[in-house]
Amino acid sequence: MMHILHKYQYFILYILFSVLMVFSAQQEWINAYIQLVIMYIGINIILSSSLNIVNGYMGEFSCGHAGFIAVGAYVTSVLNVWLFASDRVFGPAILGEYWALTLFPVTLLAGGLIASLVGLLVAIPSFNTRGDYLAIITLAVNYIVKSAIENIQIIGGARGFMGMRKVVNAMQDVWDIPWMMVFILFFTGFTVWIIWRFVSSTYGKGIIAVREDEVAAEIMGVNTRRMKMTAFMLSSGLAGIAGGLFAHVLGYINPGSFTIMKSTEVMVMVYLGGMGSLSGSVISAVLFTVLLELLRPLQVIKWVVIPLMLILLMMFRPEGIMGNRELRDFFPKHDKK
Amino acid sequence: MDFEILIQNILNALQWGSFYALIALGYTLVYGVLLLINFAHGDIFMVGAYVGFFFAILFTGNSFIQIPFDIPLWLVFILTVVLSMIVTSFVGVTLERVAYRPLRRKGANRLYVVITALMCGLILENANLAFFGASRRMFPELIDKTIYTFGTISISNIKIMVIITAIMAFIILELIIRKTRIGMAMRAISYDRVAVPLMGIPIDRVIVFTFVLGSSMAALAGVLFVTAYPVLEPYMGAIIGWKAFIAAVVGGIGEIRGAFVGGFLLGFIEIFVAAFFPSTFRDLIAFSLLLLLLSMKPTGLFGVSRSTKI
Repeated sequence: MMHILHKYQYFILYILFSVLMVFSAQQEWINAYIQLVIMYIGINIILSSSLNIVNGYMGEFSCGHAGFIAVGAYVTSVLNVWLFASDRVFGPAILGEYWALTLFPVTLLAGGLIASLVGLLVAIPSFNTRGDYLAIITLAVNYIVKSAIENIQIIGGARGFMGMRKVVNAMQDVWDIPWMMVFILFFTGFTVWIIWRFVSSTYGKGIIAVREDEVAAEIMGVNTRRMKMTAFMLSSGLAGIAGGLFAHVLGYINPGSFTIMKSTEVMVMVYLGGMGSLSGSVISAVLFTVLLELLRPLQVIKWVVIPLMLILLMMFRPEGIMGNRELRDFFPKHDKK
Repeated sequence: MDFEILIQNILNALQWGSFYALIALGYTLVYGVLLLINFAHGDIFMVGAYVGFFFAILFTGNSFIQIPFDIPLWLVFILTVVLSMIVTSFVGVTLERVAYRPLRRKGANRLYVVITALMCGLILENANLAFFGASRRMFPELIDKTIYTFGTISISNIKIMVIITAIMAFIILELIIRKTRIGMAMRAISYDRVAVPLMGIPIDRVIVFTFVLGSSMAALAGVLFVTAYPVLEPYMGAIIGWKAFIAAVVGGIGEIRGAFVGGFLLGFIEIFVAAFFPSTFRDLIAFSLLLLLLSMKPTGLFGVSRSTKI
């Protein structure tokens, strides 16, 4: 029994934490604003750790993450509004409220899937393009996605898309608990778990090999093409899931929220935490989100103060908060059997 | 499409491409020497435009400081351009001294310097927003706009001036890089950055000179831009900067010719897409074309692909 507890201690702790969070949100021990901040933290953890696969572990410079977030957000929202809400464009709801609850994770995954397919737009050129040229390709993909959405009138074009609130309400009609909180906590845990399992597996270590020396990796039998494709698709797919969650928390999305600025925010979180450190990404996502909220009263000055703080931080710690180490390296387990 | 409309569009594209080319030159100069994507460069362009604006209203007597004598407008324009280039160079060099150099000295990963550059750009944008407010400003008209028409083709003197200035700037830069000692040092650094300090070349001085050149090109572009489109706002440098960076990479980053050709190429694509399709499709088609180009020629038009040594 103790053995099992020990083996799954993080898993169990996370479940307990999630239940506590959902319960206190349900009982309104924490107010709506704090709940929103917690949800943003979850989404930002997904975003920063998913970008860390490409920018940290693989050492590429992808600066178009917002494009994949946008794809996920739009696909998930359109699916949900079309299926579960009565909308001006898409007509009355096709399926009932119970279906909304059960199929919501499926639509999120569908959004992630489409986003990872869009990730192929970057992954395929990455076979023979590296470094700053690849950075441009990611940037161009971000512009292309944003511009494409602006030109599709049926999903609102530049005016944006709404109606996700009705879907969330439909879920809450079935059983009145804060469902978005539940899904965000679930997918945050899922993301961190899957990335951790991936990069510490023998297969996933191929990504780090590609970063260190692509030619050597190829010679040692790493299929570098497949490795790059996996990394880009996993990264963009998880970004798509985060996008879907983001859209449903906000209830309204428009192409203007998925610009280079959004990509920059995610990049800052990755480099702040440290390239190739999963715990660094999580810590910096939490810190960055909280910092953004704390400095909100400063209004315009906020975006002067935050970059200034980041520049100072980079001067004193040019490798980010965690460098490329994990939390585990600071608190090693001594009682290995 | 009529022949005349074609000529008209080519002229527009040349002007639009001139701005991209001038900004892209700054990106490519810094990249060639430091391998640093100076993402603050678009905002240096904005700073150049604003500095030019303040000098222009100072010399035309529209600011709170009154100068006791009148200066002819053409002289005001030249003074504005030159002073804006000088002041903006100081801003560029300050960024390099305060933000980039300490990081380089510490041997930080290259991408951390890139992120610092992004942050510097944000600071410039938002400090401007915080100090001068979000209201748009009109650049005073320093040059009497005369429009020459040939049949249905019309071209203003400002347009001619912009195009000629961009070409002149390119030729001067090319001469500096090819013919002068400091230009030779710049090429040497981009060729082999380990051996260069050993040869007694003052690497920091060369880097400062590079930033002076790049920032003054951005300032020149800034003043010309607001002369042609006389509206200033804090975020004017952001999008044009990103696009100019894309132009520099498409041309082959690190190559002066590449930046120049890439800038004009982007200008041409944007203007001609807007001529044939609804203007909302401009970014979509322009970037799809660039993506296609980069997939076929991964190191850009003039970039040299280097084989990896094992």
